[in-house]
Amino acid sequence: MSTVDAVDLGRRRFLTATATVVGGVGVAFVAVPFLKSWSPSERAQAAGAPVEADISKLEEGAMMTVEWRGKPVWLLKRTKKMLEDLSTLNGELSDPNSEVASQQPSYAQNAYRSINRETLVLVGICTHLGCAPTFRPDVAPADLGPQWKGGFFCPCHGSRFDLAGRVYKNVPAPTNMVVPSYRYLSESRVLIGVDPETA
Amino acid sequence: MANTQGTTGLLGWIDERFPLTKMMREHLTEYYAPKNFNFWYFFGSLALLVLVNQILTGIWLTMSYKPSAADAFGSVEYIMRDVDWGWLIRYMHSTGASAFFIVVYLHMFRALIYGSYKKPRELIWIFGVVIFLCLMAEAFMGYLLPWGQMSYWGAQVIINLFSAIPGIGPDLSVWIRGDYVVSDATLNRFFSLHVIAVPLVLVGLVVAHIIALHEVGSNNPDGVEIKKVKGPDGKPLDGIPFHPYYTVKDLVGVVVFLIFFSVVIFFMPEMGGYFLEHPNFDPADSMKTPAHIAPVWYFTPFYAMLRAVPSFAGTQIWGVIVMFAAILVLFFLPWLDRSPVKSIRYRGFLFKAGMVLFVVSFLILGYLGALPPDPLRTALAQTCTFIYFAFFAALPFLPMIEKTKPVPERVTEQ
Repeated sequence: MSTVDAVDLGRRRFLTATATVVGGVGVAFVAVPFLKSWSPSERAQAAGAPVEADISKLEEGAMMTVEWRGKPVWLLKRTKKMLEDLSTLNGELSDPNSEVASQQPSYAQNAYRSINRETLVLVGICTHLGCAPTFRPDVAPADLGPQWKGGFFCPCHGSRFDLAGRVYKNVPAPTNMVVPSYRYLSESRVLIGVDPETA
Repeated sequence: MANTQGTTGLLGWIDERFPLTKMMREHLTEYYAPKNFNFWYFFGSLALLVLVNQILTGIWLTMSYKPSAADAFGSVEYIMRDVDWGWLIRYMHSTGASAFFIVVYLHMFRALIYGSYKKPRELIWIFGVVIFLCLMAEAFMGYLLPWGQMSYWGAQVIINLFSAIPGIGPDLSVWIRGDYVVSDATLNRFFSLHVIAVPLVLVGLVVAHIIALHEVGSNNPDGVEIKKVKGPDGKPLDGIPFHPYYTVKDLVGVVVFLIFFSVVIFFMPEMGGYFLEHPNFDPADSMKTPAHIAPVWYFTPFYAMLRAVPSFAGTQIWGVIVMFAAILVLFFLPWLDRSPVKSIRYRGFLFKAGMVLFVVSFLILGYLGALPPDPLRTALAQTCTFIYFAFFAALPFLPMIEKTKPVPERVTEQ
């Protein structure tokens, strides 16, 4: 046998480099299941199924909350006065015409952000950092100032929204509150989580 | 077979197979620390003590806690009421969390005033900042576990910070939660990270922090290198062996610390709502946000910075960037501060004034972060955030105009 002291450094470098690359690819592949396992499970996704809300008993000016995907969804029956006030606020709002498309389905991109004028359907989560704003229909209360015409106020960081979930200017929340997809099953039954059949 | 340490018997047998005596000498009996350590040098060993307390009480809490949305709140109440001494172990853990941050903030302040982050101790400082980051992650995830209202909504707000990242943000926050809202899946994975993943990393980093420290030797209140002046025996003239001198001295610190720690545990474990917040005595409710959300006191300075920055250009990412930058800037401190003088004792008026402003701003931010926002407070928070960053921004330029005093050759008597 020949001496084993002679080392082919070029060959060693090549083998080290290729082994590192192949090992690295293996590590990357193995990382996928670990990272993917953090995504919502099948069960969590199934819990995101549509929910039905019965609004027949909802009085004018009153709001009810249902749970959809673990989030509060508000159903508010607005009074005539409330609807009239909406258009007077446009100058104070960031996005009065709901131009940010991600915040509502196209069929709710109107002055009232709803399918039926009176009934507002809204995900009750602040677009800032996800707190649940409080419903403040009272006009000109002491803490919100004389200009307040009713709306939603987020206690966490002071964001303000009107009664169509449109965000005021100069508050932490950047966009209007989200209108979920929903359809009417009848006059008084709303299904939250799916679009209308004929959109 | 003889060993290099000159030990015999059982110890000799061990030393031939494991460097026990060698390690004892290198890290305790022949590790020379400067003889002029003052009050500020207690907090390193105290941090280690609190870490041990957290690990020990944490293991015991895990024996009775149930990490599920249905059972978590109830199991914490079970620990508090039905488990023998459960209340004590739980309060030791919750008070320990706040104590950890008190001790670590004071430890970091010590490094700031005596320039302990400077060459050749940059890596000690960097390991320390990573430990601080891990500690924040650990505390944040631990706070979700009792599954109270503040646990729930605090986690909701912080995880939603990630959804502010343009593009991938919303998907990223769903991925972190494992659900569309904070839920059972979130609680369960935070439990796993809190009890095993982060503590493992934390202990590893603490070992690295100490190994790096023992490699270069400790700084001291005069900021002079004791290794420069050695006696004929090769030992630093201004150094004393860590054991027994500082082990005994630190023991006194431990006793004083434990007195304060016990007073809090036994007489004010909630600390008026600062250590354990009142809304957390209500179980988590995903339909109802508490009237006022505030993080626990040790996060409030950074939370105040987050709130101080308004959203513009249709995104609220700016506040998030500022908040994270406030911690990331610490990594660059060893290179931002270009003054040749380490200790504040021999630095000029400008550095001292800057340090006072910096500390006061940080304290004001901490106070503001616990309060609901209003325009005046927001303006004050913006000013303090500016001062916080201005301190770091001014450091590279300070040596050009700063008049420093001569640094002595040897450590001084106090």
